[in-house]
Amino acid sequence: MQEQNTDIEYIIEAPSKFSLNIKELWDYRELFYFFTWRDIKVRYKQTLLGFLWAVLQPFMMMVLMTIIFGNALQVESDGIPYPIFVFSGLLLWDIFASGLTGAANSMVSNAQIIKKIYFPRLIIPLSAVLVALFDFLMAFLIYIALLLYFQFEVNLVKLVLFFPLSLLLTVITTFGLGAMLAAFNVKYRDFRYIVPYMIRFLLFVNPIMYSSSIFKSDLAQWLMALNPLAGAINMSRYAFIDKPVDWSLVGVSTISALLLFVLGIYTFRKTEAYFADIA
Amino acid sequence: MRPILEIQNISKAYKLHRQGGYLSLRDSLVQMLKFEGSKASKERFWALKEINLNVQRGESLGIIGRNGAGKSTLLKILSKITPPTKGQVRARGRVASLLEVGTGFHPELTGRENIFLNGSILGLKKLEIEQKFDEIVDFAGTEAFLDTPLKHYSSGMQLRLAFAVAAHLEPEILVIDEVLAVGDAAFQQKCLGKMNEVSQSGRTILFVSHNMGAIQRLCPRTVVLEQGKLIYEGPTPQAIDQYVRSTKENTQTISLHERKDRVAGGIRFRFTEVHFYVPEVKSPVLAITNGQEARIAIHYDCQNNLLGREVELSVAVYKVSGEFLFACRSDSINQVLTIKKNSGIFTCILPKNPLKEGIYHYNLIAFNKGEILDFVTEAGQFEVNAGDYYGTGKTSAKGRSGVCVPYQWE
Repeated sequence: MQEQNTDIEYIIEAPSKFSLNIKELWDYRELFYFFTWRDIKVRYKQTLLGFLWAVLQPFMMMVLMTIIFGNALQVESDGIPYPIFVFSGLLLWDIFASGLTGAANSMVSNAQIIKKIYFPRLIIPLSAVLVALFDFLMAFLIYIALLLYFQFEVNLVKLVLFFPLSLLLTVITTFGLGAMLAAFNVKYRDFRYIVPYMIRFLLFVNPIMYSSSIFKSDLAQWLMALNPLAGAINMSRYAFIDKPVDWSLVGVSTISALLLFVLGIYTFRKTEAYFADIA
Repeated sequence: MRPILEIQNISKAYKLHRQGGYLSLRDSLVQMLKFEGSKASKERFWALKEINLNVQRGESLGIIGRNGAGKSTLLKILSKITPPTKGQVRARGRVASLLEVGTGFHPELTGRENIFLNGSILGLKKLEIEQKFDEIVDFAGTEAFLDTPLKHYSSGMQLRLAFAVAAHLEPEILVIDEVLAVGDAAFQQKCLGKMNEVSQSGRTILFVSHNMGAIQRLCPRTVVLEQGKLIYEGPTPQAIDQYVRSTKENTQTISLHERKDRVAGGIRFRFTEVHFYVPEVKSPVLAITNGQEARIAIHYDCQNNLLGREVELSVAVYKVSGEFLFACRSDSINQVLTIKKNSGIFTCILPKNPLKEGIYHYNLIAFNKGEILDFVTEAGQFEVNAGDYYGTGKTSAKGRSGVCVPYQWE
């Protein structure tokens, strides 16, 4: 009975070539679940409101921004009611911001485990992003409620096409960048200080509280699309705007998101073997 | 049959960083700009040098060596935690490593949740954990606290829970590092029993420990590592002998004064050297004799602010296999020792040395009202010659180290 695994044979040696090893990741799929589950559980332990926090935070931001930018400053929002406009941006932004922060710190905060046990290291930043997705699901309920409340007319075809795409682009961008930063962070702890600044900076670079249409030149639009997160936020609003879709911008954002994703995983995989030595 | 582990020419180098601590981006950028980064960082430390070793299926192999000999590095390579710099390992079975008990335990989660988390990190499937759940809880004896957060557990309970999960791993190769060094004696016995059971069931075990008694009980074959090299491979009693001899050379080469591996203290007060004396010999001796008077002269240095203070001293004697025998504590016999000079000698007198023929080592501790002034484990070793403890003209039985006690029959 014990002989079932005797055909396993593998070699441990200095890593020579890059490999993604999807099969191994799949074998460890339960660990994804447990890491994600742990982080979600721990996050809301000993809180009075529990999961409500995941809903309250983006909601309060939306209210605040609506008061300041929507009402007081009368910011142009492409004809979309400002609460819906800003919330569609915040929804994706929160995945990015909390996923990136979590992923970037994940290797360092799990250093104790990394030094004592082997598993595919990619699981750690990936499950940090999954935690952010869980918060997204909670906030998504508010989004639906907002759409119903404002009775705003939505192009369903565009919604079904572009909302999942924008979500996907956000997730792979977050993961790519997060994995890269996680790897850098193990080596250079400077990134612990860089990441929060980066996030604060990006909050204003991305068209969250303003519309990207305030930049009139084509060049500005292209530059904006190069940032896959900005592209994703714009896409998530296509369903509300009665304007033809500029597919080339969609293409640019998709390609740059994929590039970040691949580059992030590559950087991570290249360095992961030595994490236990330097963490 | 082919060996389950073939370790071929394994070497592992670590880069040494001059400044210690971790890298900063600035340092690397500066180095890059100076175009001399590669030269400066090429200092390497070889933690393992060309290790060759085969482990057969079902074997229990002990690994011993002093601190820093490379034992843990070897286990880390076998567990895939860190890659070797050179050489390769061919493994023919699933490896589970237990380099620490309770890896990944989270204080905010309950006992039940931690069993699942820890089990999963150690490589158990969810289904396997569910099947073994009752057994695990039973082994740990913590069923009453299953839904209490781990932070409210005593450290002993956490340890029991952690070991219970680990004990239910069923890999072909189990790699264990010094996990028995913790916990009380009863629990250690339980763990040893469990490990015995595991090895009986035909699994391969690689076991690192400083506890020679445990190694001897569990492993028929043992390898000795020293400074990254494999210096002996063979039957456990001979391996232990080899280890003892190599540490003996080592403790003689590094003076007590220079020892860096002090458990605590060593700053205001420091043991500097130890000499053994026997009656009628003026100079220090290397071996004392069973049944005769022995004097242990303990030299020390101390700072001025300790002058005139009292100090409690203790010499604790161990078998080389790690079992504690006895301690001579000045405070146990209400003796007050006062520090009078910056550097001096305190002498512990054994009027009738009870130790039988063999090799022993000792720990030294100095306290001042509960504060540890200096604490050195395995401070040194000494030999005891066979002697006539009972004054009957007979020497005690050979080959059984331990102590003689006074007794009578009626």
